[in-house]
Amino acid sequence: MNTLSARRRHPLAAFVVLFLALGVIGATYATLGSSSAKASASVAATPEQLVEGQKLFQSSCSSCHNMNGQGVQGSGPSLIGVGAAAVDFQVGTGRMPAMQIGPQVTSKPPIFTQDQIDAMAAYIGALGAGPDIPDPSLYNGDPNDAASVSNGGVLFRTNCSQCHNVAGAGGALTDGKFAPSLRETSTKHIYEAMLTGPQNMPIFNDNVMSPQDKKDIIAYLVQTRTGSNPGGLDLGSIGPVSEGLFVWTIVLGLLIVFACWIGAHTTKASRARVAHFEATTGKDASDND
Amino acid sequence: MSATTAPGAGAAGEYGDVKTDPVSNWADERLGIYKGSKNLIRKVFPDHWSFLLGEIALFSFILILLSGVFLTLWFNPSMGEVEYHGSYLPLDGVSMSQAYASTLNISFDVRAGLLMRQVHHWAALIFLMAIMVHMLRIFFTGAFRKPREINWLIGFTLMVLGLLEGFAGYSLPDDLLSGTGLRIASGVILSIPIVGTYVSYFLFGGNFPGHDFIPRLFTIHVLLIPALIVGLVTAHLILVFVQKHTQWAGPGKTNDNVVGLPLLPVYTAKAGGFMFVIFGVVFLLAGLVQINPIWAYGPYTPDQISAGSQPDWYIGFLEGSLRMMPNWEWNIWGHTLSFNVLIPSLVVPGILFTALAVWPFLEQWITGDKREHHILDRPRNRPSRTAIGVGGITFYGVLWLAGGNDLIATHFHLSVEALTWTFRVLIFLGPALAYWCTKRIALGLQRRDKDKVLHGRETGIIKVSLEGEFTEVHEPLSAGERYRLTAHEVQKPLELGPATDENGVERPGNRALKLRAKASKAMFSDHVETTVEEYKEIEAGHGHH
Repeated sequence: MNTLSARRRHPLAAFVVLFLALGVIGATYATLGSSSAKASASVAATPEQLVEGQKLFQSSCSSCHNMNGQGVQGSGPSLIGVGAAAVDFQVGTGRMPAMQIGPQVTSKPPIFTQDQIDAMAAYIGALGAGPDIPDPSLYNGDPNDAASVSNGGVLFRTNCSQCHNVAGAGGALTDGKFAPSLRETSTKHIYEAMLTGPQNMPIFNDNVMSPQDKKDIIAYLVQTRTGSNPGGLDLGSIGPVSEGLFVWTIVLGLLIVFACWIGAHTTKASRARVAHFEATTGKDASDND
Repeated sequence: MSATTAPGAGAAGEYGDVKTDPVSNWADERLGIYKGSKNLIRKVFPDHWSFLLGEIALFSFILILLSGVFLTLWFNPSMGEVEYHGSYLPLDGVSMSQAYASTLNISFDVRAGLLMRQVHHWAALIFLMAIMVHMLRIFFTGAFRKPREINWLIGFTLMVLGLLEGFAGYSLPDDLLSGTGLRIASGVILSIPIVGTYVSYFLFGGNFPGHDFIPRLFTIHVLLIPALIVGLVTAHLILVFVQKHTQWAGPGKTNDNVVGLPLLPVYTAKAGGFMFVIFGVVFLLAGLVQINPIWAYGPYTPDQISAGSQPDWYIGFLEGSLRMMPNWEWNIWGHTLSFNVLIPSLVVPGILFTALAVWPFLEQWITGDKREHHILDRPRNRPSRTAIGVGGITFYGVLWLAGGNDLIATHFHLSVEALTWTFRVLIFLGPALAYWCTKRIALGLQRRDKDKVLHGRETGIIKVSLEGEFTEVHEPLSAGERYRLTAHEVQKPLELGPATDENGVERPGNRALKLRAKASKAMFSDHVETTVEEYKEIEAGHGHH
């Protein structure tokens, strides 16, 4: 005690205290932080992956995101802290590398193999802490579990359908941007999109929406793809507009064809009467003006 | 062919060699059935495909009634909250209104329930479409002229009732789309100045959505409006019988007769056959193409919404008018005047519908024509009316397109804002342009008709004369065809004499007359006429070929 009180006025005492406090906070944060990040922790990156990932990044991404991923003003955002999940989503759905800068970068067939994507994800993930590529147990929900699917449906209609449409068919946003269709998207990419909030999408991290809720939403979407949707041809599941278009084109056309058919057919009896009229009067029945 | 002016073809007599059924002949000679029902069963209807458009509406309405009765047996119009445990897994355990739960039940657990729901809905879309197409046919052929103005008004009322009925039906299942539509409807009611709030509270029994509206809407949908429609359809058909059907001009077809086929047996067979064709088409459609999958929308809760929420097509023009309206709002002494909702949802349809309803009377006032008309106009022969009609269609069409602006944007990779501004310009420019183009096209077609009448049909046969001159042979039209092309009257603008008489006294009603002359000039100063002199000149061989 004596030594401590004697040295508390030492010129370096404040720095020591500050250092200790920071250490405690850092340690606490690291323990708590890792416990919440553990949920999405996957296999650790290997040194080979990091080297390969950096090489791929520098050859294919750095023109917009800069040599070390710190971003270029006006063309590509900084990738420090976006996490491996963002890379896996953006490159895995073919959005990155982008072909051109427009209102929105659209998906296309991916140009990298999954191994290459993993390498780039590992490299970007190492640049700063961010959501990791999720484990399949997180996103592969059971589409036949009624409780899970119905909870997912409620959450989907509350949080997602205003942009993606109730059937996940997609919808328009402002200035030429749009919420894409979710009918073909893989379950992993849906989960990653919720985690990282690509482009205009909000981020649904684990504090906003629990991993179980995210899993339920995915189970619901899978169920609506594979489950019961009776009634016939769905006309794109975009609601009354396609129904109206269908009725005004194909159905109206069909009905008019039938109307013409019925309107054009006159009976044999009346033809016989016309012939009778012409034979008895000697006049042309169709030209009597 | 028989005509009403000529005695109807009797069982025997006029056509002595026509064999009649001995049994009915025996009965008729003793009971006189034929004489009593002759007027009805020998009623003559002319043949043309466009005269069958109204029948499509009638027969789809019958199908709506039949399938609707089926649905009422299972539908429960209640806002009472239940937890769903039916066979549609994704909604298991979700709490919802009984209205929605019973609609799910009809769709998944009642035998043929989904088929009947889809029949009901497709038939409703076809019903309203047929009404509008029928109405356009009446408009463009001038079949609304005296003595049919009242029937035009009845038809117009039927269309408005159809819109309301359709919207009520769309709102009943209480799914997310229904609720969204009702939310907009409640907003529209609220935008009415001064009384809006009171009317809304009165209709919804309190704040939106409340618990009263679905049961109330149900009564309106299955009782009130259908009864009105049935009554007015009956009146509509009685008037068609009483006033006789219109016909196209042609040899033997005059303003005083109807040339066609009798109701029994020919038209009964034709119309009956057409009815079953329509039933067949609707059932096929309902069996093959999904409509309004309410299970995908989920139950209505005011905190949810879906992208691509649109009404059925017949309310689409109101949706579009709302979507393209700039966000104008005034706040006067703490009261909000919402022009952003009031103008697109009440003023625009108000003007459109009023114009539609009064058109026969307006046109009659401008032309001053008080005669009866039973011969239809070919649209080209009334360029201004046709142009006004196409202008109206364009106006409606732009509103309609704007109602689907988000889907146009996503499907054609456009920006919603750019589309909105395009529609805002087009709503004014489009009808004007359509008016001008249509009028020019109609006048052009008339000139072509005139050319055909005066110079005959171009045969494509080229003759070389001995002098080496090449000429094309024109074949004169048949007398019947010439009559068909020249039977119409050419409407000329109203000429006003001096406004004051010799004593300097102004003519009574001068201001209205001046207005009439102005409208008449705008409509009829461009016209194409074949004068008797021109015709005689051609006949006399002074023509240029």
